[in-house]
Amino acid sequence: MANPKQNTDDNLLEVKNLKISFKTDEGIITAVDGIDFSVKRGQTLGIVGESGSGKSVSTWSIMRLLPKNSIIDKNSSIKFQRKSGKVVEMTKFKKNGRELRKIRGGEVALIFQEPMSSFSPVYTIGNQIMEAVLHHRDVTKKEAEEIAVDMLDRVGISNPRQRFKQYPYELSGGMRQRAMIAVALSMNPSLLIADEPTTSLDVTIQAQILELMNELQEDLGMSIIFITHNLGVIAQVADEINVMYLGKIVERGTTKDIIHEPKHPYTQALLKAIPRLDRIGERLTAIRGDIPSPLSRPTGCPFYTRCGKVIPGVCDVKMPESTHLSDTHTVYCFLHEEKDV
Amino acid sequence: MVKFLVQRTIGMIITMFFVSMMVFAIMELPPGDYAERWAFRKFSGTGAQITEADLDNIRANFGLDRPAPERYFKWISGIVLHGDFGEAFAFQTSVNNVIGQKIWLTLAILFFTLVVTYLVSIPVGIYAAVRRNSIEDYALTAFSYLGFALPNFLLALVLLYVSITVFDSSVGGLFSPEYADAPWSIDKAKDLLSHLVIPAIILAWSATAFQLQTVRATMLDELNTLSVTAARARGVPEWKLLLKYPARLAINPVVSTMSFDANRIFSELPIVALVLGLPELGELLLKSYLDLDMFVAGAILLILTFMIVFMNFLSDIFLAILDPRVKLIEG
Ligand SMILES: Nc1ncnc2c1ncn2[C@@H]1O[C@H](COP(=O)(O)OP(=O)(O)O)[C@@H](O)[C@H]1O
Ligand code: SF4
Ligand SMILES: [Mg+2]
Repeated sequence: MANPKQNTDDNLLEVKNLKISFKTDEGIITAVDGIDFSVKRGQTLGIVGESGSGKSVSTWSIMRLLPKNSIIDKNSSIKFQRKSGKVVEMTKFKKNGRELRKIRGGEVALIFQEPMSSFSPVYTIGNQIMEAVLHHRDVTKKEAEEIAVDMLDRVGISNPRQRFKQYPYELSGGMRQRAMIAVALSMNPSLLIADEPTTSLDVTIQAQILELMNELQEDLGMSIIFITHNLGVIAQVADEINVMYLGKIVERGTTKDIIHEPKHPYTQALLKAIPRLDRIGERLTAIRGDIPSPLSRPTGCPFYTRCGKVIPGVCDVKMPESTHLSDTHTVYCFLHEEKDV
Repeated sequence: MVKFLVQRTIGMIITMFFVSMMVFAIMELPPGDYAERWAFRKFSGTGAQITEADLDNIRANFGLDRPAPERYFKWISGIVLHGDFGEAFAFQTSVNNVIGQKIWLTLAILFFTLVVTYLVSIPVGIYAAVRRNSIEDYALTAFSYLGFALPNFLLALVLLYVSITVFDSSVGGLFSPEYADAPWSIDKAKDLLSHLVIPAIILAWSATAFQLQTVRATMLDELNTLSVTAARARGVPEWKLLLKYPARLAINPVVSTMSFDANRIFSELPIVALVLGLPELGELLLKSYLDLDMFVAGAILLILTFMIVFMNFLSDIFLAILDPRVKLIEG
C-alpha cells in the first residue's frame, strides 16, 4: 500500500512489549507483563485464559480505557492502522483527546460480558445507538435512526422499530447482547474487541451469538479480538489463539495448533477442563491450585506453582524463552526448549 | 406517564385526607376548648360567676357545640371549597387574614432556600466526584462539614453582624422599611429577594452540605459503572458523557429526599427567623395552640404538612422522569 510505514503482514494492530501495572494501596500490581500480539485484517484473534490473567486489561489498553491508577510502561507499543492507512501509536495519545475519541467506537469498538450493565438503564436502546452513530458518521438524526433500526434488524432483533424505543431492562439477556453488538457495529469499526461476549449467556443463546458474529465478520470484513476463558467457545470463532496466564502469553498458534496440538501444560489443562461430545465419559479435570495473586508473582515460569510437569531448579528460577515449533506455533515452556537445544 | 401521574395524584389526595383528619385530631387533643379560654379572659377578675350553661352558650356561638365529625366536615369543606380556614377567635378575624401574608413569606423562604441548596449541591457534588482526591475536592468537603458543624443561630448572628458592619445594610426582616407597607411592585419583590439571600444561605448550608456529599458519593459509584466505560468506548466526549450518564443518576437521591430537606428547613426556620427578625409561622403555631385558637393552629399545621406531601409528590414525578425503571416497579 501507499504508506511506507505499513505494518508487516498487513497487520491491523501490532502490540509489542505491552506491560501494564496498577498503583494500589498494597503496592504496584503488574497485570500484564511484556506481551506481544497482533491482529490481521479480517481475522479473529482469540485470547483465552482464566479470569484474572490480564485479558481485559491488555485489550482495554488498546482503546486507552484503563482507570487512572493504571500505568502503561513507556517501552510498550500499540500500533494501530487507521482507516486512512496512517499507523498511529495508541500509547502516545492524550487522555480522552480528540483523535483518540475518533478511534474509539469509530475504528475500534468494544463489547462487554455484561450487556445489562454496559447499557445505561435510563436511556432507550435507540438513544444509545443513535449517540454512537451521530458521533462517528456525518448523518442527520433521521438517517441515524434508520441506520440504528437497520442494524438492530441485522443482528437478528425482531420488531426493531419497537425495540428501538425500549429500555435495556425490557430486553432478554440474549437480545441485549445482540443490541450491544448492534451499537458497536453501527459505528462501522475496523476492529471489534469482544470481551467475553457470551460468558453470561446460556449455551443455546451463546451458540447463536457466536454464529451471528461469524456471519457479521464475513459480511463486514472487520477484525475481531475475541476474549474468553473457554477454549471450547474460542475454537468456533478464532483464526489464531493466544493463551494467557498471569499477565503473560504462554502459547500462541493457529486454532488448529492450539486445539489439536497444545504444547504448553497450561493449554493442555484448559482443554481438559472443557466438556466435549467426543469425550463423553472421560472425566473433566479442573486445573489444580489457584492463580497466584499478581502481588506475589512467582519468579521463573508463571505456571510453575500449578504445573504437573514442573522441572525443579529450572522452571522456578528463570522465565522460559519462546520456542518456535512451526511458523505459526510458539510456546514458552522449558519442556520444549530442551528438545530444541 | 399519564397513568403514573393520575396514580400519584390520587395517592396524594388520599394522603391529604388522612393528614387532615390527623391534624383535626391534634386540634381536639388538648383538654378544654376555646370557649373556656374566652370566658376566662373575659370574666376573670370581674367576680362574675360562669356556669356550665354560660359556657354552653359561648360554645354554641363559636360552633363548638357540634359533634366532632360534623365540625371536621364543616372545617375541611370550607378549606377545600372556599379556601376558608375558619375563624381565628383570639384575633377576632378570619384565619386567612392572620396567616395569609406569613404563609406566603414562609413559602418564599422555603422555595428560595431549596433553589439555593440544589443549585449549589448538585453541580458542586458532581464536580467534587469527578475531581476526587484533588485539593478542590478536599476543600469542598471541609467546607461542607463546616455546614454540618456550625449551629444555624451562630451563623445567623455572624452574617447579621457582617452585613451590618461591613455592608452597612440591615438584613433583619424581609423588607426594607420603605417597602414594608408598600403595595406589591417589581421593586418590592427585588427588595424581598435581597432580604431572602442571608436566611437562604443560613438555612441552605447544612442541607447543601448533606446533599453535596450524597451527590458526590452517588456520582463516584456511577462513574465506575460499565455503562460509563461503554460510552467512553463509543468515543463520547468526556464532559458530555459525565452529564448524560452518571450525573443524571447522581441526582436521584437528592430528588427523592426533597421533602426531607423541606422538613429540615421548616424545623430550622424558627430560630433563624428569631435572630433575623423574620415573620414566620412557627411562633404563631405555638402561641395559637397554647391559646386553644385551634383553627389558626390547624391551618398552619395543615399547610405545612401539605407542603411536605406535595414535595413528596413532586419528587416522585421527577424521579420517574429521571429513571424510567421507577414507573416499571410501581406502575
Ligand atoms: N483497576 C485495577 N486496579 C488494580 N488492579 C487491577 C485493576 N484492574 C485489573 N487489575 C488486575 O489485573 C489483573 C488482570 O485483570 P483482567 O485483565 O481483568 O483479567 P481477565 O480479563 O483476564 O479476567 C487482575 O488480576 C487484577 O489484579
Ligand atoms: S516451564 Fe516448567 S513450570 Fe512452566 S509450564 Fe513448562 S514445565 Fe510447567
Ligand atoms: Mg476480563
